[in-house]
Amino acid sequence: MENAVSVNRLTVSYGDKPVLWDVNMEIPKGKLAAVIGPNGAGKSTLLKAVLGLIPKVSGDVQFFGEKEIPKNTIGYVPQSESVDWDFPATVSDVVLMGRYGHLGLIKRPRKLDKEIAAHAIELVGMTEYANRQIKELSGGQQQRVFLARALAQQADIYFMDEPFKGVDVQTERAIVQILKNLKEEGKTVIVVHHDLQTVKDYFDWVTLLNVRLVANGEAEKVFDSKNVNQTYNTHILLEGVG
Amino acid sequence: MANPLLLFSDYTFQTVALGSLLMGVLSGILGSFAVLRKQSLLGDGVSHAALPGVVFAFMLTGTKNTEILLLGALGTGLIATALMMNIVKHSRVKFDAALAVVMSVFFGLGLVLFTYVQKSPNANQAGLKRFIYGQAAAMLERDVYFMQICAVVLLFIVILFFKEFKLLTFDSDFAKSIGMPIGWMNAGLSLLIVLAIIIGLQTVGAILMSAMLIAPAAAARQWSSKLWQMITLAAVFGGLSGVLGTWVSSSFAQMPTGPAIVVCVSVITIISLLFAPKRGLLSRLTRQHNQKRKLEAERG
Repeated sequence: MENAVSVNRLTVSYGDKPVLWDVNMEIPKGKLAAVIGPNGAGKSTLLKAVLGLIPKVSGDVQFFGEKEIPKNTIGYVPQSESVDWDFPATVSDVVLMGRYGHLGLIKRPRKLDKEIAAHAIELVGMTEYANRQIKELSGGQQQRVFLARALAQQADIYFMDEPFKGVDVQTERAIVQILKNLKEEGKTVIVVHHDLQTVKDYFDWVTLLNVRLVANGEAEKVFDSKNVNQTYNTHILLEGVG
Repeated sequence: MANPLLLFSDYTFQTVALGSLLMGVLSGILGSFAVLRKQSLLGDGVSHAALPGVVFAFMLTGTKNTEILLLGALGTGLIATALMMNIVKHSRVKFDAALAVVMSVFFGLGLVLFTYVQKSPNANQAGLKRFIYGQAAAMLERDVYFMQICAVVLLFIVILFFKEFKLLTFDSDFAKSIGMPIGWMNAGLSLLIVLAIIIGLQTVGAILMSAMLIAPAAAARQWSSKLWQMITLAAVFGGLSGVLGTWVSSSFAQMPTGPAIVVCVSVITIISLLFAPKRGLLSRLTRQHNQKRKLEAERG
């Protein structure tokens, strides 16, 4: 089984405080994977370090066995509060940014890029809001816009930082369906996730993290109360966790 | 009083007005990026930090040649910018505090040097003061020619890299994740902003320059829903204020041009903050009022 992402002895620190310590993990191609852990466990940091957005103290990351990040194979959904939504732009403008990696420097979006962006907006059910100011969107709509931008990237591996944060139940279901469709197409999707109750329903691969790696593997095998309790350093009663 | 519009056919007026127009357009365009990048106060820091550079350049060369003096200003302006960025990056000091420290140290140094030069026997320093308070009327034809070249180059770069600057400003993490060279783009955009500030120095001066950077952009934001609209409007507001300010100051004796320009742009900004549709204060109050009335009516 080919690995979409493999992380080898990754350590990241902010100042002298380690946020990730000697993490080894891999995610096979075609998995819908959850990264789980308590607040401050380094979940977002893991995503950012893997994507090269923040410096690593040590360790390396490979994508499909290559050390270089292959161009246009990575899609990224940052946490929605990482940007200022009062920026003068419409939903279409933001989603079109997903095409910039395919365009290269200086080049303007072509008709094809606009069609792909429009299709991505349709997939997340935001077509009627396409020309809306992003400032006027609700939290759930903002998440859907970021998801649409990532879909417009037409990537092979998607990294999503809490795409379910602040969304209602219906939106969550719609997003999960989109993620499952991506998996059906053979894409790899890696999601920072919070809700332990839904892990087994949504994901088939789980990475349990609390600064150090606790477990990494098939959801069936590693997502049990022993590992969860070790990750959260506490005893949580979980329904449906074996 | 003669027809004030006759001024527009006066050659000296045309020169100064064109210079102020270019200054306003450039400040509007690059100021939009500065404001959206939450670096509004960068203008204040850079313009104050430019003063020691101006005096240094004069001391070294003994010339009052505008390009040479502005080159000095650019030098210390960039050093100050780099200092501020590095203080924020490598310490717990926040941007506003770093800015205040760097700005006052540089401006203080500038004033010390300036006083020293004034007292020296080589009394050829009369032209330096205009960089503190600005003196658009002292602009020469060749200064304006120089500004035209700068304006064309800056505009060309912004149009060329518009897509990149937009993404960098909105979401730099995402820009980096798609492999954009954001270190270079960041440095490039900061350099353009600093250049716009330096070019504006001789027109409005170090003290008022930050207003030229912030006000047109803040006013334009009120009326626009897309980035290119905001930047175009900011350029129009900046340029319009430049010409209007020059016209007002030329129509009344003893009226300085730089402050007149800043007053014009401030009036435009106040009108925009109050009356713009959707984002304006008046429109928001009306909406709130109507909402309340509607709710009360429903409750009966």
